[in-house]
Amino acid sequence: MIVTLAFYAFAAVLIAAAAMVVLARNPVHAVLYLILAFFNAAALFLLAGAEFLAMILVIVYVGAVAVLFLFVVMMLDVNFAELREGFVRYLPIGAVVGVILAAELLFLASVWSLSAEAPRLLAEPVPAGVDNTTALGLILYTDYFYLFQASGVILLVAMIGAIVLTLRDRPGVKRQDVAAQTARRVEDTLALVKMKPGSGMIVVPKPEASRGEERERAVEHTPHGGH
Amino acid sequence: MDGFLATPVGHFLFVVAAILAIMIPVLVGVAYLTYAERKVLAAIQLRKGPNVVGPFGLLQPFADALKLLMKETVIPSGANRVLFLFAPMLTFALALIAWAVIPFGPGLVLADINVGILYLFAISSLGVYGIIIAGWASNSKYAFLGALRSAAQMVSYEVSIGFVIITVLLCVGSLNLSRVVEAQKDLWFVVPLFPMFIVFFISALAETNRAPFDLPEGESEIVAGFFVEYSSMAFAMFFLGEYANMILMSAMTSILFLGGWLPPLDIAPFTWIPGPVWFALKIALCLFVFLWVRATFPRYRYDQLMRLGWKVFLPLSLLWVVLTAGALKLLGWLPTGA
Repeated sequence: MIVTLAFYAFAAVLIAAAAMVVLARNPVHAVLYLILAFFNAAALFLLAGAEFLAMILVIVYVGAVAVLFLFVVMMLDVNFAELREGFVRYLPIGAVVGVILAAELLFLASVWSLSAEAPRLLAEPVPAGVDNTTALGLILYTDYFYLFQASGVILLVAMIGAIVLTLRDRPGVKRQDVAAQTARRVEDTLALVKMKPGSGMIVVPKPEASRGEERERAVEHTPHGGH
Repeated sequence: MDGFLATPVGHFLFVVAAILAIMIPVLVGVAYLTYAERKVLAAIQLRKGPNVVGPFGLLQPFADALKLLMKETVIPSGANRVLFLFAPMLTFALALIAWAVIPFGPGLVLADINVGILYLFAISSLGVYGIIIAGWASNSKYAFLGALRSAAQMVSYEVSIGFVIITVLLCVGSLNLSRVVEAQKDLWFVVPLFPMFIVFFISALAETNRAPFDLPEGESEIVAGFFVEYSSMAFAMFFLGEYANMILMSAMTSILFLGGWLPPLDIAPFTWIPGPVWFALKIALCLFVFLWVRATFPRYRYDQLMRLGWKVFLPLSLLWVVLTAGALKLLGWLPTGA
């Protein structure tokens, strides 16, 4: 009884929030509604007994992805009047795309049928005596091990691609080099000079050390480093 | 009595009482943490600290709270009102709901859920929203800068916290926090996983925006960062939230590495002291280190902070996950799980 009520409450808020993601005028509000939608989806997972999926949904989507969304959207300078200008011009294209999508969904719904196994599996999604997380792990790391690894590799490739696209090494930028800083020795940077009183300043050339070149590099970083 | 607790009303009242039994000590702890912070900092800097209000200044936290309550709530004219007021409430609420899964002793936990540690991780990763929303809704440059810094910082250090948690979980074989504590019966994880303990603690400093990682506040450069526009109760809620988060992170450190409610040795004089007291003592120890660090280290520069998170902690914690998994597998010590 309470579970059913909770389901309807979460589902209603989820749909309302999802609608507001599209309808909200302010993009930051739209992202916040998206987060609310994620939360309600997580609550629905919890009601279905999938506590691991619920937590992962919150950690991955709300804790990481939506933060980056919000981060980007907040820094955008959106001009709403300009956005609305092209509305009538693009209306036909938008309508066509919408109609095609709706037709596809209808086709899908008309031929959709559950497999004969489904009702039995639905009634008992997790084998008795095994908790949810363990059951997921047992399937993911045995039957679907290669697919799991492949998805990991795909994500890794995407990550490396993003890094390669944004990485640039401009010459002439003074950047802190921690390795060079810690490799510096006193004798590389400091010379004790004996002065005779009244003789004035004489620069005594330091005997070339074995790692003279390294010293030069270290000296170059001196004004910037050492905080 | 048992019959009454089994009825829905009785169960509801029991849960409410349990929530109050957790919340009130946490809030009192927050109040006296502010006092302890001032006293510890004062002692380290050879000053006296608060000593006027009440004996030894013990009533100082209440005087501070009263002062904040009496102040006027100022809402900047360009601010987004709803979100501006929502942000501090969110920060404060998140700092409190995480306590639902913290085990204070054997069986002494409000919600003994199977994915307790993921719940804690999820809640701590939500903490960033309070700050971002506050920074954006204030409609102020300093607040926004603070919020941006905070978002980048907290997301970065969460990654290494995640890997540290995975390392601990490999040794436990369960996501349940009570199991995590029980797995440390013979040996606290701080011994075999000492480098991860250090990584976790430093990441916890960054995650709670404490010195030396308090760049989101950075009072010498961006005034007070994300809460520069806040006053009165809204400010007090940020303040309480930050300190409750410190206590929560200390509790997480004690559960993951210092054996939670377990006594240091399982022999007579230590076992006389009840588990919750040991737990509180360990939390207090971690909190003292929080304050000690604040008094000792200067603030990190922003690029240094990012370098530490991504180039030092991330590879180190990843390496430890691999090493731990390999060692457990080779030595046949892998826990069998549920």
